Amino acid sequence: MARTRKGEAPAVKADATGVNAFVGKDELLKFYQDMLLIRRFEERAGQLYGMGLIGGFCHLYIGQEAIAVGMQSIKVKGDQIITGYRDHGHMLAAGMDPKEVMAELTGRAGGSSHGKGGSMHMFDIETGFYGGHGIVGAQVSLGTGLALNNHYRGNGNVAFAYFGDGAANQGQVYESFNMAQLWKLPVVYVIENNQYAMGTSVERSASETAFHKRGVSFRIPGEEVDGMDVTAVAEAGARAAEHARSGQGPFILEMKTYRYRGHSMSDPAKYRTKDEVDNVKQTRDPIDHLKERLAAIGVTEDDLKGIDAEVKRIVAEAAEFARTSPEPDPSELYTDVYLEAAQ
Amino acid sequence: MSVDILMPALSPTMEEGTLAKWLVKEGDTVKAGDVIAEIETDKATMEVEAVDEGVIEALLIAAGSENVKVNTPIARLSGEDSAAPSAPAPAAEPVVQAPAVAAAPAPISAASTFADPEIPAGTPMKKITVRDALRDAMAEEMRRDDKVFLMGEEVAQYQGAYKVSRDLLQEFGDKRVIDTPITEHGFAGLGVGAAMAGLKPIVEFMTWNFAMQAIDQIINSAAKTLYMSGGQIKSSIVFRGPNGAASRVGAQHSQDYAAWYGNVPGLKVIAPYDAADAKGLMKAAIRDPNPIVFLEHEMMYGHEFDIPDVEDWVVPIGKAKVRRPGNDVTIATYSRMVGFALQAAEELAKEGIEAEVVDLRTIRPMDHATILESVKKTNRLVTVEEGWGPMGVGAEIVARITEFGFDYLDAPPLRVHQEDVPLPYAANLEALSLPSVAKIVKAAKTVCYR
Repeated sequence: MARTRKGEAPAVKADATGVNAFVGKDELLKFYQDMLLIRRFEERAGQLYGMGLIGGFCHLYIGQEAIAVGMQSIKVKGDQIITGYRDHGHMLAAGMDPKEVMAELTGRAGGSSHGKGGSMHMFDIETGFYGGHGIVGAQVSLGTGLALNNHYRGNGNVAFAYFGDGAANQGQVYESFNMAQLWKLPVVYVIENNQYAMGTSVERSASETAFHKRGVSFRIPGEEVDGMDVTAVAEAGARAAEHARSGQGPFILEMKTYRYRGHSMSDPAKYRTKDEVDNVKQTRDPIDHLKERLAAIGVTEDDLKGIDAEVKRIVAEAAEFARTSPEPDPSELYTDVYLEAAQ
Repeated sequence: MSVDILMPALSPTMEEGTLAKWLVKEGDTVKAGDVIAEIETDKATMEVEAVDEGVIEALLIAAGSENVKVNTPIARLSGEDSAAPSAPAPAAEPVVQAPAVAAAPAPISAASTFADPEIPAGTPMKKITVRDALRDAMAEEMRRDDKVFLMGEEVAQYQGAYKVSRDLLQEFGDKRVIDTPITEHGFAGLGVGAAMAGLKPIVEFMTWNFAMQAIDQIINSAAKTLYMSGGQIKSSIVFRGPNGAASRVGAQHSQDYAAWYGNVPGLKVIAPYDAADAKGLMKAAIRDPNPIVFLEHEMMYGHEFDIPDVEDWVVPIGKAKVRRPGNDVTIATYSRMVGFALQAAEELAKEGIEAEVVDLRTIRPMDHATILESVKKTNRLVTVEEGWGPMGVGAEIVARITEFGFDYLDAPPLRVHQEDVPLPYAANLEALSLPSVAKIVKAAKTVCYR
């Protein structure tokens, strides 16, 4: 069932833990709840945006839920996550409070950055979430720096740096690849290939569209993964993390995925056909796919209703909090620009 | 006939060096390409090759001689065989012309003779170059805090492109003194990421010109993240390297970035002049929890100054310093231009004008109170910066003094700065473009209506 495929970069130790490692019922139900939370949260964010409660840019993660959730399952305490601006899913998967995330989207005092960051700029050291970065590709160098920290301290942790197929063409990505492999830094690069960099398809922007091969000239192994299959993501993630954690250096995972919505709320997505989108929704949807897995082990729709209701409640509560939390106090304007020196 | 072999310049900014070793002796026959001597500067050791054939007639400078000026004859070659064409040019390689005569005057290394109110009388002093002051500051802070490390191009095995990191690799090892590939954008980002995770990186840019490749990480990641995270993510990091115009290296290697980074909230920007400030401010910068842009000056690295010989010399960030008292005109400046301003003040004194020289030391946060206090006394203001004028540091100073001290001004302030062109290579044009003592004197006299 796991649909991973090895890349052509230096050989990865094939791991026989494979398919069966993540099929425990409880684990699958947790995947289901986490993915559903992201989807319902994002749908609600889209609504709040339409109501004018969320401003600026807002990039929804719908369709890509399996990646953040699957990868989160193999993370250990102290590991770091860093991503670009399509970050709501990663924060929820990491365990950040949906209320704080939604309140940051509405720019309120209760938001995780007290309303000063917005959709693209949220952080939470507690859960190892280092943002939330608005400049395409910057998180790849920063994430490699998190790995440099782990290497420097010898703490056994791995940094997971997520970026899209668009960011994968940025120069600093390759500068980081080079240093990461040169110094054997514990970093896993997770390329979320949703096939469109804003409105430009990978075919129109990438001379090599197989992104898992992008590390070949740096001797970084890579693997293509079905990013719509949460267990495949988790299995591949476990192998990659083991590679990095054991001192062998970076690993690249190319997650083949799809975003259902436009690049941001203001994108009508005219660069692709409705048929294309519908086809993915009907045949590759990560949540439907997981439901089939659950059904196969005897979990019925009725059994999932409790989870559905719980997710609905969490999202409603988050939306209510985000709507009613006050705007930041004007005095917040001048805070957090500098830290006081200790001297 | 004989040909003199001259002390060669090994870099655009070399003025003198040590003749470390002769590899030939008098009476030896040499041919073009033979290595005849080794020369050391504070930055590098280089071999000198003969470019003519002949017999070494005399060695004019003994091995081990220090401070041998560029273009001093160091040996005489007899071209007794008639085939050797007479060569009036220096008969040694590498032949890099020393800075042209028209170039700006050397900074006054005796600046420390001006009383420094921060240094109590009786404090023991020692002489040290700006280069070693910076090095010592890094070494002391690395001993003090094992989270501090240095990364950059050529900082480790090569000992620093300008030798500022000399001996750090030997003391701290390659885990804490890290040679990077030539990838400014990438390693600046790695540094910021490591800082976000709690380390305290010092990121050296070989020069600030190359940091334009990395400016996104400096501004968008290092400077803004504390704010965007509501105070959660700090970046305690020092970006450092030589800034401004060196000598004859052309437009792409000669830019002053003080105004650029001074524009950005979240950054602190430091530009010291002498060794005491270089050391004290570098130590403060490394300890500071905020991202710091530390602007050094290549032309100052080799200059010696007195520095307090105390255990832990730290200079607070954000405080300007009156380098020379005077009642007639305030000259506000920073970095290498402080030396120019002090020299201009000496010239002005001969004409009965006493200039007060204020060294900003920190560009952001700017201590305009100290400038304002000075202007209240002198009622006249000249600013001096190596960078361009428009939207510059001088423009900022003038705006603030106009805003807060309008009633104290007896003349419109004037700005001295680089001409509004990319820095030219030709020696005469370069000198015309950069600020000079004469330009400062002229501006000061103008605001004094003299």
